[in-house]
Amino acid sequence: MATVQDIEIRDSAARTAAAVEELQDIPGEKMVLNMGPSHPATHGVLRIVLELDGEVITKADPDVGYLHRGDEKIAENMTYTQFIPYTDRLDYLAPLANNVAYALAVEKLLGIHDKLPPRCQYIRVMCAELARISAHLLGLGAFAMDTGAVTVFLLTFTEREKIYNLAEAASGARLTTSYTRIGGLMRDIPPTWCDQIRQFLKEFAVALAEAETLLTRNRIWVDRLRDLAVVSKEMAIDYGLSGPNLRGSGVDFDLRKAQPYLCYKDLEFDIPIGAVGDCYDRYLVRMEEMRQSMRILEQCLNKIPGGADNKTKEPVNVADGKITMPSKQKVMSSMEELIHQFMLVTEGVNCPPGEIYFGHENPKGELGFYINSKGGGTPYRLKIRAPSFINLSILGELIPGAMISDVPVILGSLDFVMGESDR
Amino acid sequence: MSALESANKIKAKFGDLISEPTEFRGEITIKLADAEQIFEVCNFAKRQLGFDYLVDISSVDNYGEDPRWTVIYELRSLANNVELRLKTDVSEEKSELPSVLGVWRTANWHEREIYDMMGIRFSGHPDLRRILMWEGYPYFQLRKDFPLAGKPTDLPGVAFTQPAPLEGGPFVTIPSSGDAIGREPRVRTPEE
Repeated sequence: MATVQDIEIRDSAARTAAAVEELQDIPGEKMVLNMGPSHPATHGVLRIVLELDGEVITKADPDVGYLHRGDEKIAENMTYTQFIPYTDRLDYLAPLANNVAYALAVEKLLGIHDKLPPRCQYIRVMCAELARISAHLLGLGAFAMDTGAVTVFLLTFTEREKIYNLAEAASGARLTTSYTRIGGLMRDIPPTWCDQIRQFLKEFAVALAEAETLLTRNRIWVDRLRDLAVVSKEMAIDYGLSGPNLRGSGVDFDLRKAQPYLCYKDLEFDIPIGAVGDCYDRYLVRMEEMRQSMRILEQCLNKIPGGADNKTKEPVNVADGKITMPSKQKVMSSMEELIHQFMLVTEGVNCPPGEIYFGHENPKGELGFYINSKGGGTPYRLKIRAPSFINLSILGELIPGAMISDVPVILGSLDFVMGESDR
Repeated sequence: MSALESANKIKAKFGDLISEPTEFRGEITIKLADAEQIFEVCNFAKRQLGFDYLVDISSVDNYGEDPRWTVIYELRSLANNVELRLKTDVSEEKSELPSVLGVWRTANWHEREIYDMMGIRFSGHPDLRRILMWEGYPYFQLRKDFPLAGKPTDLPGVAFTQPAPLEGGPFVTIPSSGDAIGREPRVRTPEE
């Protein structure tokens, strides 16, 4: 005779609670695991010492400094202009944005930051926004690849290649651009540059939409990112997060809006913010920021003074022989310009004594320069506020409680670069 | 509330400990005379004046002067969009000031970095280790008396044992507003 037996099916939360209770009875010891410094998911040379209880992380101690080159020490020993190539190597995924940030900081010390020619301002904004797209594309590609979606990486790298071509057309170099100078730019953009950007924007819009279809509503992607490593608004502010990581937590703060520099106040764009502060929000914020950057670029293309080919000969440098280099022809033919050129090369731009801090909205967050000057052509002290360094300091709080397989996702969503973090 | 008003409020609260606010390039700076009070001042600025965001902490080595160290706090209020710079001096004999980790948690890594680079200690910091350099490195390399070329050390393989490739130039200049010969050691002395 068959008997009927009731089977109790509990919901998943109750099952997990029971499993945890069961686990507590099993004695075990914690294991320490070294992740990095040479690990594909750490995007460089970050080392994290993880303490594990089974597969759950109970403690995480990030160890940075493997890429320390002493940039701040080096800066004290050379002129302001000579340090520009070093800024390329801070956030090496967005060298153009670093160049702009550094030049603006020195210009603030000189007191000429609001006297920049409009054409220079527009070109710098275009450089910064191209750099933002480029950095976010790499961040997104690597993030998706670490999570298992390799296709996105190929898509984004194809687009990044075009931005490298644009950087090469403007500055002559693909990675180490050094495009800005104190008080202006190395040179004007080539006449075809604006058309190249238009072409790029057309193709990029398609690629971005494609990447978005692959990820944004992808079940696996959403499941792995949502509700993971939630950073509350208060925590984000307390830890000094900046950039997309701060805005992903719902803090409406962007230096381009809060303290508009260059020509950002003449441009229309929106600041995306997240609602929850999890990995998925940070991903969405970056996606939207790329679209806003496209919007800014389109406006710049239409509004740039002098147009693409600069028929009206708009200047790109501040008209001050004591700050920007005179043209070669004038150096060869006029005494005064020869003296200026000589002084600029041998002594550097003569900055007044004083101290300033300038923060620039870089792709990774707020890249700040504190410059302490005692006068003359070299800084007495130059401190770099590296956004990646500060964004990483939250790891010790963010990782514990997550599983090992969540770590690459968390790291990818914070989107840091060690060249900048370690300086 | 503007930065100047905030600075005056801090001055009203702490009196003579706080200097008159100075302005340079639109930035307001105040200086705290007694570094031991830094925690109280920061705490007041955060709780009462809304400076909820610590942008950065920098340090300067005023080599040859007394007090030798200056520590600089860049405060920001996100709600009011106001920035204020707070400075304080620390003498070389003491080389220690209270940690502001209890006010902003972001101060943790900033203070570790200053300890690592300059050798200024922060009392009350729970985990004051080197951060960019490795544990056991014998020098503080951002001090002005540490040469750009590095220093020989008794710990072979741990710190520099060879002069750095940049030693002697071509880019090396000595910071001062003096003439080119003084600043660039490698420049040729003109014949008298």
